[in-house]
Amino acid sequence: MPVFYGTEIASALMLGTAQYPSPAILAEAFRAARPGIATVSLRREAGGGQGFWDLVSGLGARILPNTAGCHSVKEAVTTAHMARELFGTAWIKLEVIGHADTLQPDVVALIEAAAILSADGFEVFPYCTEDLSVCGRLLDAGCQVLMPWGAPIGSGRGINNAYGLRSLRAHFPQVPLVVDAGIGLPSHAAQAMEMGFDAVLLNSAVACAGDPAAMARAMALAVEAGRAAFAADPMEARDMAAPSTPVIGKAFLE
Amino acid sequence: MNITLNGTPCRTAASTLSALLAERGFGPKVATARNGDFVPASLREATPIGEGDRIEVLAAMQGG
Repeated sequence: MPVFYGTEIASALMLGTAQYPSPAILAEAFRAARPGIATVSLRREAGGGQGFWDLVSGLGARILPNTAGCHSVKEAVTTAHMARELFGTAWIKLEVIGHADTLQPDVVALIEAAAILSADGFEVFPYCTEDLSVCGRLLDAGCQVLMPWGAPIGSGRGINNAYGLRSLRAHFPQVPLVVDAGIGLPSHAAQAMEMGFDAVLLNSAVACAGDPAAMARAMALAVEAGRAAFAADPMEARDMAAPSTPVIGKAFLE
Repeated sequence: MNITLNGTPCRTAASTLSALLAERGFGPKVATARNGDFVPASLREATPIGEGDRIEVLAAMQGG
């Protein structure tokens, strides 16, 4: 199972807590999938904070707070500090958004914020692209986990750049890698795991499904299947057919 | 004095951040910032509130 900053997690599925039709359905989805990690955020307290705190405390998953919606280094670093105090964890999913329509990370600001936070004792999970140079800089900045996107957040488009992600996996064989964002279907999650990723992080695919708990369960099964498949060393694809039934011993019946 | 609390202009008689939280009835599970800078819980009592300050009081919320 994946190990992040020295902590082994019981499941390779990481699940967000946003956009569910109700708190009860959120809890039901978590019971159905038993993800190892739950992502949460910080927002202005308007009366719901304590209730949500009680809910996430009972989910049975380790909490990973995010800096979602932050557009600058300063904003992300301040939010990370607030999250560390509130949630009592050094873990932070670092998001520094660079573009409003695609929600793609501002990778320059991301590297700068990651360096500041890592130097300050945070254990940073950077939401990044699959760019090898950017990922290398994030590791230099102190990150020990990378979370490249599959596709833009909430798009459900799956693995947009399988070649790039495969290349990233091959370049950093020892670094825990998580495909974060863009997963829409269990087949996408399975594909990421089959490629050797250590975990997948998704939210909308479950929360926005017609039956979130059933989809959560499907995602958990897909992640488990993909992980087992990678460990089983899949066969190479080939262009020509190759008979699977033995040719030798076939009767001559012309 | 006039401050902005979680984006909303308001008046307060509180002279410190901890007094402001008490005045507004916030619970214990919040994190605070003053004028864009994080203020740890241990420093709230010693953090003065001034005219025009922007105070943010955040809590755990849903996230992806």
